Amino acid sequence: MLLENESGALSRVAGLFSARGYNIESLTVAPTEDPSLSRMTIVTIGSDEVLEQITKQLNKLVDVVKVIDLTEGSHIERELMLVKVRAVAKDREEMKRISDIFRGRILDVTDKTYTIELTGTGSKLDAFFDALDREAILETVRTGASGIGRGDRILKV
Amino acid sequence: MEMTGGQVAELSGAEIVSRCLAEEQVEFLFGYPGGAVLPIYDELFKQDKVKHILVRHEQAGVHAADAYARATGKVGVALVTSGPGVTNAITGIATAHLDSVPMVILTGQVPTKAIGEDAFQEVDTVGITRPCVKHNILVKRAQDIAPAIKKAFHIAATGRPGPVVVDIPKDITLETTNYFYPKSVALRSYNLVTRGHSGQIRKAVELLLSAKRPMIYSGGGVIMGNASELLTQFVHALGYPCTNTLMGLGAFPATDPLFLGMLGMHGTYEANMAMQDCDVLLAIGARFDDRVIGNPEHFMSVNRKIIHVDVDPSSISKRVKVDIPIVGDVSEVLKSMLEHVAELSKGSGKSDVDAWWKQISVWREKDCSKFGVSDTVIKPQSVVKTFYELTKNEDVFVTSDVGQHQMWAAQYYKFDRPRRWINSGGLGTMGVGLPYAMGCQFAYPDALVACITGEASIQMCIQELSTAKQYNLPIKVITLNNRYLGMVRQWQEFFHGNRHSESYMDALPDFVKLAESYGHVGMRIENPSDVEGALKEAIALKDRLVFMDFITDQAENVYPMIPGGKGLSEMILDGSSD
Repeated sequence: MLLENESGALSRVAGLFSARGYNIESLTVAPTEDPSLSRMTIVTIGSDEVLEQITKQLNKLVDVVKVIDLTEGSHIERELMLVKVRAVAKDREEMKRISDIFRGRILDVTDKTYTIELTGTGSKLDAFFDALDREAILETVRTGASGIGRGDRILKV
Repeated sequence: MEMTGGQVAELSGAEIVSRCLAEEQVEFLFGYPGGAVLPIYDELFKQDKVKHILVRHEQAGVHAADAYARATGKVGVALVTSGPGVTNAITGIATAHLDSVPMVILTGQVPTKAIGEDAFQEVDTVGITRPCVKHNILVKRAQDIAPAIKKAFHIAATGRPGPVVVDIPKDITLETTNYFYPKSVALRSYNLVTRGHSGQIRKAVELLLSAKRPMIYSGGGVIMGNASELLTQFVHALGYPCTNTLMGLGAFPATDPLFLGMLGMHGTYEANMAMQDCDVLLAIGARFDDRVIGNPEHFMSVNRKIIHVDVDPSSISKRVKVDIPIVGDVSEVLKSMLEHVAELSKGSGKSDVDAWWKQISVWREKDCSKFGVSDTVIKPQSVVKTFYELTKNEDVFVTSDVGQHQMWAAQYYKFDRPRRWINSGGLGTMGVGLPYAMGCQFAYPDALVACITGEASIQMCIQELSTAKQYNLPIKVITLNNRYLGMVRQWQEFFHGNRHSESYMDALPDFVKLAESYGHVGMRIENPSDVEGALKEAIALKDRLVFMDFITDQAENVYPMIPGGKGLSEMILDGSSD
């Protein structure tokens, strides 16, 4: 969705979800190329009726300029994750190999750790976790999904 | 946001506030001063365009402004200080929000530099009001005051109306800046739908004309949208039965033979049965809430087609899935529907609904609003009924609080005109009655304004008797005093083993003396034979507030009643047996 890049706009959206009992799986937001607008992607789960209500309620917020449900058409979604893993001795090569398989990039290296950058859909990032030895994961940070429609489908003012 | 027009002058922020209110032709500003708004009050002192009304509690100030808006259709305006001024106002704001009342509430705030430092009388006003306003704005610079106020009035009054809070820090009211008041405002994120979809409207009318058992159900939206006359024409054009919600009373004349009474939890037998059994339902400016249709599963367990007209798309298919949604201004849609009725009924005509009316008359024979009579104890219903009989030829504004008396007022006072029945339907706020009556009386100083209340509700804003004295408001307070929190007691009787947990009012004040101490006239009425005389006497005291304390039957319940969670046809009809 596009919303006015004003203080308080984010809390209106977050407040709406909590007040009406909707779930937020993830939420990402940042200003667009037009600094007066922010673009937000919210991942939520609900029946068609609930999603319809969420869309209507969001549209009702005065700071919200435009809302679309990306899942109504084909779309692309990506998350970004940074993972710090233990990388010592024989694990070091294995870590690099797994990272390569998932098209990760190693951004930072110490003699004991790698920090890997990974983008993809949520399920790809989950699969990366599954491929790793849990013991090796030292720290993770993950954005929510950012979404955009495929082809000519454009969300713009 | 684009703003255009206006002349430029160098003014202080406080003076700008005062000028903006004058530009918006605000007649009354209901408020209470305090530290953060002193500069604004100083400017109000210097002008004579906006009349400030000093209430005794911020909650009452917001309620009074709310009632002014409900009674006139204009935007109600209140002014409170920061911190406790705001928290006191919250109940009033939430009340207006739930009933979609156009309001602008100006709130003082601590100086911009002190925000976030837990300053004296600081609360996060935009944070604390966010869930109970249509919109709110924290103004951070003096030059933003005028655009913010313009935007607030625009948002409050258009679309589905609602309260808008404008939070103004004290320091910017002291700064000077260039002032010009924008003539218009356009917001890219706030687009209004007015006309409904013409194809949908045509489909809706065709469906209505083909109905065998049609029903028209209208709510507060018809009153807020000033569409009562069009609704009445439309219902007459079709000759179909019509019901109003609690918030919609007066939208269609209650004395009209096509009117089935109010529907819902305490609605009439015929209205609720017709809602349940109709084959085509037109809902207009209403929202199928829990007090209206009860259990939505029960409501949807029978087949009927539903047409729903509302200015707010989120009201449509929220609790009940509808077949023909029409988003638009109710007036515009009704106009267009009327044209289609005229055109379409020329041809094959509409289907015969005589059998349906016969069924309705069978339901009407239940006479669900009858109540017991007594020579010894005053029946609360009889007070309302007598008051109606005495005043039905006058233009009367009736306000109520919340509880049994509210339902009896709604059931036994027949409202033939919109904006005459002023009550808190959505939030159900006890304490609104007296400040609501004040708001109406300010708007219509010569009209008869009555507040039908209970001895519990009236005590929630009783301090406003002082405001009423200050401004000589000749309100008629009709207290149905049963020494119980009546509706709570009724529910305890029905659903909690008749255990009267904290629903008894002990140590009530002597209301006669209380009224007198505020400088008003007090009356206590204990005999059924005195009811009419007392009401007549009170009405005749045209320039005095009269507080009537009717000592009523303690055991009386409101019937019919749909127990919570039950369906429309599962009413308890027990009015005459006790």
